[in-house]
Amino acid sequence: MTGSILFEAIVFLAGAIICVSIAKRLGLSSVIGYLFAGVLIGPYVLGFIGQEGEDILHFAEFGVVVMLFLIGLEIEPKNFWNMRKTIVGMGGIQVAGTILLSYLLFTFLGFDWKVSLVISMAVALSSTAIALQTIKEKGLMNTTFGNSSFSILLFQDIIVIFMLGALPLLSNSDESALAENTSENGNLLESLPMGFQTLAIILSVVFIIIAGKYLIVPMLRKVAKTGVRELLIAAALLIVFSISFLMEYVGLSPALGAFLGGVVLSNSEFKHELESTLEPFKNLLLGLFFMAVGASINFIVIAKSPLTIGGILIAIIALKGLVLFITAQIFKLKLDQKLLLTFSLAQIGEFAFVLLSFAFGLNILEQEQMDMMLVITALSMSLTPILSMINERIILPRIGTKESVKRPMDHIAKSQKIILVGFGHFGSTIGRFLRSHGVEATILDHDSNRVDFLRKMGFEVYYGDATRIDLLESAGIAEAKIVICATNKISVSKAISKIIKDKYPHVELMIRTKNRYDAYELLNLGNENIYRESLETSLTLAKDVLSKMGFRKYTLNRQIQNFIKYDEKSLRRLATEAKRDENYIFKAKKELEQQEKFLNEDFKRGIVAYDNHWDSEQIRRALEKNKVE
Amino acid sequence: MKKILILFSHPKFEKSRANTVLVKHIRNKEGVTFHDLYERYPDFHIDVDAEKEILNQHDVIIWHHPLYWYSCPPLMKQWIDMVLEFGWAYGPEGKALQSKTCLNVITTGGSREVYCSEGTNSFTVNQFLRPFEQTANLCGMTYYPPFAVMGTHNLSNEDLILHAKQYGDLIDLLQNELVVTDFKGCAFLNDIPELKPA
Repeated sequence: MTGSILFEAIVFLAGAIICVSIAKRLGLSSVIGYLFAGVLIGPYVLGFIGQEGEDILHFAEFGVVVMLFLIGLEIEPKNFWNMRKTIVGMGGIQVAGTILLSYLLFTFLGFDWKVSLVISMAVALSSTAIALQTIKEKGLMNTTFGNSSFSILLFQDIIVIFMLGALPLLSNSDESALAENTSENGNLLESLPMGFQTLAIILSVVFIIIAGKYLIVPMLRKVAKTGVRELLIAAALLIVFSISFLMEYVGLSPALGAFLGGVVLSNSEFKHELESTLEPFKNLLLGLFFMAVGASINFIVIAKSPLTIGGILIAIIALKGLVLFITAQIFKLKLDQKLLLTFSLAQIGEFAFVLLSFAFGLNILEQEQMDMMLVITALSMSLTPILSMINERIILPRIGTKESVKRPMDHIAKSQKIILVGFGHFGSTIGRFLRSHGVEATILDHDSNRVDFLRKMGFEVYYGDATRIDLLESAGIAEAKIVICATNKISVSKAISKIIKDKYPHVELMIRTKNRYDAYELLNLGNENIYRESLETSLTLAKDVLSKMGFRKYTLNRQIQNFIKYDEKSLRRLATEAKRDENYIFKAKKELEQQEKFLNEDFKRGIVAYDNHWDSEQIRRALEKNKVE
Repeated sequence: MKKILILFSHPKFEKSRANTVLVKHIRNKEGVTFHDLYERYPDFHIDVDAEKEILNQHDVIIWHHPLYWYSCPPLMKQWIDMVLEFGWAYGPEGKALQSKTCLNVITTGGSREVYCSEGTNSFTVNQFLRPFEQTANLCGMTYYPPFAVMGTHNLSNEDLILHAKQYGDLIDLLQNELVVTDFKGCAFLNDIPELKPA
């Protein structure tokens, strides 16, 4: 059935589209859909995909690499440092606890101590792909549970390097067998003695940090200047590929290297641009990865000893869950958060595939043991979404403690997200004033030179075209309270307005406009918060002119407010008129007509004469009238 | 010679016939600082430090304002609220204004006759000015009876000029250390024997 790449692609894509859309319709996580699609097209059901499932799994692991790069992008070194206690604390307790319990379990089951240790290390790792994908899908990233999960997963991603480094020490075989069996090809480290290995690892980490700053960012700036969008995509992929290649070459986890690269670039202005560029690749590759996991479930191995596998599977999930629950208990999470954490991280992760096959390559594991553990890993991953669903639909509603939404007032600046589009003279003034109130808006600007300059001045500015929904999304529009459009390009404002109206109606949009004609267009698109740049400033100037001529300042202030109020009203009235004859040809003529209309109306209204406050003239006239009578 | 500070508050000075005349006679007097609050702070954003500094430099503080709804215009209340700070103007450490003299100069539309228990306004001007009197007391200032130009609606321009001249004479007296001793017997500074009747 197989053979043609096109056919395989069709099988995967069709499987994904059908199963994921069914899963979504049933209100399930997309991960279940992908996994099920994998089982369906795999060798044991429809048989579209045969042994090459393994290769696809390796290829699709690249999705995990891209995902870790993206995760790295979201963690600035500063935040990373702030999270160090949770990462090391929660992660350490979880990994150590799980290894200990699992080691006891497997030695109890009669496994050799080395085998037990290797398996326990694999068991301790959870699936970053599944857990984070699900957390993000549910928008729980900013909850205590989301943070805790993330910290634990991050710790695991780091500890896995040490595990991979420690495996050769457990190896039973001599050097030559090791070289033959290692699944990695062209591995530089094997030809080096231990001391040099460590040195190579450190050097490559340092290289990534330095390259990020002095090679990648300048390259991205050059690419950005060309204005050719696909070049940026190419550049983004090039970065991830190169880092992975380098890491694989020195024998480190490509995922960890990508994560490191991400962290290095998270401080750069290209953060959001890279995120939005790589996001679709990541999602597709992860989908492929989940399908490959589904397809790799070896039903023959299961059929051989269903009870043993089922028993070990349940035991592992139970002991992982127990350790997670205790970890959450130590860190004083609320009950519902504890349960969420317990259920979402109780599986064995994709690193187990790497770890187990590496251990197999080192002759620590036997074929049979590896097959069994691979099946258990795949099954535990497949069970996660189902367990989470049981937790959310059956257990949690009974407990019913939701995380409190109330936040103290002093967090007002931090808890509400503001996105500021356009950081020219207008936007920067807004940004400065917001900042003086502790409100750090996420700033988007399309001028890479300016972005660079402003970043040097200490602003958090990102480069990108804000009319692209993916960029707005990676800037966090989903959680934003307000989007400020400080550009004077009506096309940009209109595009953003449309995106918000269509997809994020909860976000409040505040728009700067050049003049009243742009304001008409935006009003007619249903935007209420329109700020004409020509209004207040020109009136302030006029006010100062009149003040210098001898008019009283306070009266002028009041008249300005009257004038603005009146003009805003007429703007809204005329917007509907403008809508009626959108196609008028003689725009210039129309504008003159309107100016005339305004001047006439101002004259008729006689704004100054009608302000009678604090004027005793009327009283005096009434008194005189009384006297006469 | 005592230094006089006139804190003038009128939201629509340009439309006030009475105050235009009164102010004209005193604003350029030597030793007098005419401080036009509505012109200085049209947005009500009072520079407290600058105000304190001005107060420090003067001996007699005059609140000059029309009596609106039996009180002062809002910016003057804002001025009192913001400038007369605890620990500066009052309180155990607040001694900045002590031994200064303070008074209201007011214009009212209603005549003297309507400001009494039998009149339409039921209370006397002095009673309505109690909050200002007590404010001055709390700040350790000597509070003088008000100088009031009343019944302005019915005053002719000539009448107003006479009142304005009297206001000018009062300033002269204050500069030369006028001491009012008989507070009980004196409801208005307009009536003290040192001043020529308007």
